[in-house]
Amino acid sequence: MGLEIMEDVRMDYVYNLVRGGKREDGRGFLDYREIKLETGVIKRAEGSARVKIGNTEVLVGVKLEPGEPFPDTPDKGVIITNAELVPLASPEFEPGPPNEDSVQLARVVDRGIRGSEAIDLSKLCIEEGEKVWIIFIDIHVLDNDGNLVDAATLGAVASLLETRIPNERYGLTGEDTLDIRDRPVAVTMVEIGGEILVDPSYNEENAAASGLTVISNEDGSISGMQKYWSGSIEEDKIAEMVEIGIEKAGEIRREFLE
Amino acid sequence: MKEDGIELIKDGKRLDGRGFDELRPIKIEVGVLKRADGSCYFELGDNKVIAAVYGPREMHPRHAQDAKMAVLKYRYNMAPFSVEERKRPGPDRRSVEISKISREALEPVILKEYYPKTEIDVYVEILQSDAGTRTAGINAASVALADAGIPMRDLVSSVAVGKIDGEVVLDLNAVEDNNGEADMPIAMIVRRNTITALQMDGRMTKEEFEKGLKLAMNACRRIYELQRTALIERYSEM
Repeated sequence: MGLEIMEDVRMDYVYNLVRGGKREDGRGFLDYREIKLETGVIKRAEGSARVKIGNTEVLVGVKLEPGEPFPDTPDKGVIITNAELVPLASPEFEPGPPNEDSVQLARVVDRGIRGSEAIDLSKLCIEEGEKVWIIFIDIHVLDNDGNLVDAATLGAVASLLETRIPNERYGLTGEDTLDIRDRPVAVTMVEIGGEILVDPSYNEENAAASGLTVISNEDGSISGMQKYWSGSIEEDKIAEMVEIGIEKAGEIRREFLE
Repeated sequence: MKEDGIELIKDGKRLDGRGFDELRPIKIEVGVLKRADGSCYFELGDNKVIAAVYGPREMHPRHAQDAKMAVLKYRYNMAPFSVEERKRPGPDRRSVEISKISREALEPVILKEYYPKTEIDVYVEILQSDAGTRTAGINAASVALADAGIPMRDLVSSVAVGKIDGEVVLDLNAVEDNNGEADMPIAMIVRRNTITALQMDGRMTKEEFEKGLKLAMNACRRIYELQRTALIERYSEM
C-alpha cells in the first residue's frame, strides 16, 4: 500500500512538472537522454551491442544457426526476436516465462526490422526447403528506466550491422556479412497533460495514459507502430507524433548508425 | 510474402469485388450465450468471432485485486480449426500481444472505479479467421461488455487498413494481408474521436499512413452505428 501511495505522489509530481513546461531531469520535451552505443561487446555472439539511454541499459546479441525454413518461404532466412526482462533490471520484473510486456517489446522490435526489410532474407538460404540461416535477435534488459523499445531497436540494428555469418562453425562457405539494406530507428513518445514527450523515463511512462512508438526508415517511411496503455490519443496528436518520430529517427540514425 | 504474379487490384476493384474504402459484410448478434453475463457474435466477411463477458466478480487471487477499481482481463484465443494450418491450442506470443492491446483498447471506456476489488473477464474466441480477427474481437467484446451491463462511457469500434498493390485500402482479407505491403489495425472511441489502439506493420509513407488513418476512422464510425443498432434491437425485443 505504501508503495502505491508513493507511486501516486510520483505521478502527480511528473504531471505537474510537465504542466509547468518541465521534465524531472531538466531536458526539453523533444530531447532524448544521453544515448551511448557500444558494439562488439560479446565475443561469443555474431553481433552485439550495449545501448544506454540515460539510466536505461539494454544488451542485444545476435546469433545465427542453420535451421529449417518456414514451409511457405522455403528459400528465405528466418528472424526470431526475443526479449527477456530479467529480474536484475527492475524490482517489478520477475523470473519466469515471458509475460505480455516482454512479448510486446520483442514483437515491436521485430516488426520494425521486418517491416523495413532491412535484412535481405533471400540471401540467407543455404539449401532451398531444407536449410536456411535463422537469425536470433535476443534482447537482454539490464536496467529499466523507461523506453526499452528505442534502446532495444537501436541495439538490434547496431548488432545486425556488425553481424558476421558463422559459416565456418557449421562447415559452410559463402558470404560472411549480412546484407543490411536499411536502418530502422524506433522513437517512443508519451502524452502527459496534452504534451508530447520523447524518450519517456520510467516515471514518465507511469504518469502517461498513452504512448506511441514510431519506427521509421532511411527514406522517411514508417515500418512499424504500436500504441501503448489504456488511454486514448487524438488523431492530430498521432499525426504530430509520427512527424516527430520520423525526424528524431533521422537524428539518431545519423549519429549512431552511419 | 507476396506470391509471384498475384494481382490484388484489377480495374480499380479488389479480388472480392470491393472498392478501396469498402468493408466486408458485418453481422452482429447480441446475447448469444446463456451462461455469460454478456455476449456477442460478430462476423466480418469470413471472420466469425464470439465474445463473452463475466463479471464484475470477486477477483482471485486477492493480492491481485485493485482497491480502487475493477481489473479488466482479456483473452484472445484462436480455435485450432480457425486457420488453414491447424493452430496449436493455447496462448502463443501473438495472442498474448493481441490480448494486451485489445484490453488496452477497451479500458478507456470502462468505468472500472465503480467496482473496486473485482475483475471483469472478456473472453474472445476466434472460430473462423480471414484476417482482421483482432478488430472483430474488439468490436464483439465492446458489444458484449455493454450487453453485460458494464457501465461504459461509449462503445469501442475497430477496423484495419492496409496497403496492397501500392494502394491504401480498408479491411484486408487474408489473401490481401498475406500478399500486401502493410497492415494497420486501429480501435477508436467514435463519439470522442480518439484512438485507443494502433499498430502497424509492413511499410508505408507518412502520407499513406495519414490517408489510412482517416479511412479507418471513417469505417469505425460505420461499425459503431451497426454495434449500436444491434444493441438497440436486442433491448427493444425485451
